[in-house]
Amino acid sequence: GYEITFSLLNPDPKSHTVDWDIEGAVNRFVKPVLDKLSLVANFSVDSQILYYAVLGVTPRYDKESSSFLLSAHSLPHVINPVEARLGSSAASLYPVLNFLLYVPERSHSPLYIQDKDGAPVSTNAFHSPRWGGIMVYNVEAPASPQTSLPLHVDVDMARVMEVFLAQLRLLFGLSQEEVPPEFLLESPGNEGLADWELDHLLWAHTVENIATVSTTLTSLAQLLDKIGNIVIKDDVASEVYRAVASVQSAVTELSLGHLLAAFQASKEAVTCSERAFFDPSLLHLLYFPDDQKFAIYIPLFLPMAVPILLSLAKIVRETRLRKKEPTKMD
Amino acid sequence: VCTSRFWFNYRHVANTLSVYRSVKRLGIPDSHIVLMLADDMACNPRNPKPATVFSHKNMELNVYGDDVEVDYRSYEVTVENFLRVLTGRIPPSTPRSKRLLSDDRSNILIYMTGHGGNGFLKFQDSEEITNVELADAFEQMWQKRRYNELLFIIDTCQGASMYERFYSPNIMALASSQVGEDSLSHQPDLGIGVHLMDRYTFYVLEFLEEIHPASQTNMNDLFQVCPKSLCVSTPGHRTDLFQRDPQNVLITDFFGSVRKVEITAETLSLDRDVPGLESKFPEEELATEPLKYAEQLPVAQIIHQKPKQKDWHPPGGFILGLWALIIMVFFKTYGIKHMKHVF
Repeated sequence: GYEITFSLLNPDPKSHTVDWDIEGAVNRFVKPVLDKLSLVANFSVDSQILYYAVLGVTPRYDKESSSFLLSAHSLPHVINPVEARLGSSAASLYPVLNFLLYVPERSHSPLYIQDKDGAPVSTNAFHSPRWGGIMVYNVEAPASPQTSLPLHVDVDMARVMEVFLAQLRLLFGLSQEEVPPEFLLESPGNEGLADWELDHLLWAHTVENIATVSTTLTSLAQLLDKIGNIVIKDDVASEVYRAVASVQSAVTELSLGHLLAAFQASKEAVTCSERAFFDPSLLHLLYFPDDQKFAIYIPLFLPMAVPILLSLAKIVRETRLRKKEPTKMD
Repeated sequence: VCTSRFWFNYRHVANTLSVYRSVKRLGIPDSHIVLMLADDMACNPRNPKPATVFSHKNMELNVYGDDVEVDYRSYEVTVENFLRVLTGRIPPSTPRSKRLLSDDRSNILIYMTGHGGNGFLKFQDSEEITNVELADAFEQMWQKRRYNELLFIIDTCQGASMYERFYSPNIMALASSQVGEDSLSHQPDLGIGVHLMDRYTFYVLEFLEEIHPASQTNMNDLFQVCPKSLCVSTPGHRTDLFQRDPQNVLITDFFGSVRKVEITAETLSLDRDVPGLESKFPEEELATEPLKYAEQLPVAQIIHQKPKQKDWHPPGGFILGLWALIIMVFFKTYGIKHMKHVF
């Protein structure tokens, strides 16, 4: 499953009071997309507002456009300082996708993101694979300089969600295809992704899952070959059997063309094989090199064994002597 | 990872905390750092300056401050926990901060310090980890694609023996001394009364002070740190398992965190006039009372669980044989007539 977190960053609460109707936006815009994607994975959504959270980078002032610019090569350094405050480690054990909305300070407004060629980006947003996305929301300067601070800002959630959902699609690997001019591509509308894109996702994930399961199980087998004294518990063994059975059924379903059933089977195979491989009981701590064996056990057992062995030898000698005597005597 | 405890090993804790600080300064967040320390320095009754750990003479820099997040402290720093973190075989109840959640695109930096010997590293004065176990753990990480590239730095006596046995690809290793040499400590502080840092780590940290998140220094410079004249021991390194040329590897690849970022060039077009959607599946309205606290946690179950009875096994063949031997020898040497007195 995935955990999606929407965060509103307000570094300057003295100048802007930002209101965002995140619950409504999630219900109207995000839920249809996630419902469609629920075949692929489970999602849980939460949101937060962070005050006095600044970007780690200072933007440059550009006189021509009288705006502040963040250049493309300073973008990678923005994420880390802010990530510590996001609280994603407390959220859940699932991978977290963070979507941040940054309202720049009054002194740094308006703030635009520059791409590599120096042109401002139309969406004013950027994303990082496997992490999430950030969008900068510029507040218009008040008409008259005498308006009292703080300014009340109502965020246009539709515009924001358009960008965030586009980033979500990109994070899942679905980019908008270029269609040759004779073709008309039907827009998926509010569901965010078309059926054929969903099929493509399912298919890609199924194949990836099957490949992962085969490598996991092979490496588990190799591990057992190398380290002889690992004990496989019964439930680990049953997980492995289930994983193998699920993979086989996934492959058959794929060949028959039942995409959904194949995906479910492959998902189960992956969970079973991961549980088997990462079972806490499979830790091999017993490494006994030969010199350690000699060094530890010989001083322990040799002094004890010497009198026993000598007495054994004495017993054997005595019995042999006694056996000989009666025959000799007579 | 700092593998020693006790007051006289102050310098190992100071080493680890200083490296932790540098790595945080260069951008790696706490959620990406697993710090294992015995953590008995700052509040040690022998510490003349309580709640501080200094890394430099004249007490310039307190490396133990408010934002040090120790993940495994005190008796939790064991070989078993260390191997569990590396291989990922952690019980499901472990919190997220104690796990190594890396994937096949993560670069991992492992820094270990403590007392070591030829082929082993001593953990907490009671157990040890051998270089073979470490190499096997790395191999398991590789099998599960838990790292993209791994940098292993070790500052102990005879540290080079710890990386001799690595055989998984994409590992680069640095050690403070060769087999047969001891790593020496840097400077004692007369106010605190112990040595504050080890030499190799001290010079590595001086080197790292000049690195900032956007710097382009590469690994070859790190290999030159601490020559024999300054360090007395000969630092070693191993790059044969590494795919790229160390010349091309940036320090910030491991010590800092620079994320790959893409500009979002597309947007979706959403229909704005959508009213609040009723969810497709009508939820049944269940009139439920909120669960009382006691019902949520099965506390009664947890408290009254009897300890699991270990099954009794009859003694095995070896023990029986040993005892039979001892008894037979006794009676043979001293005569059978004693048997009467026993029974």
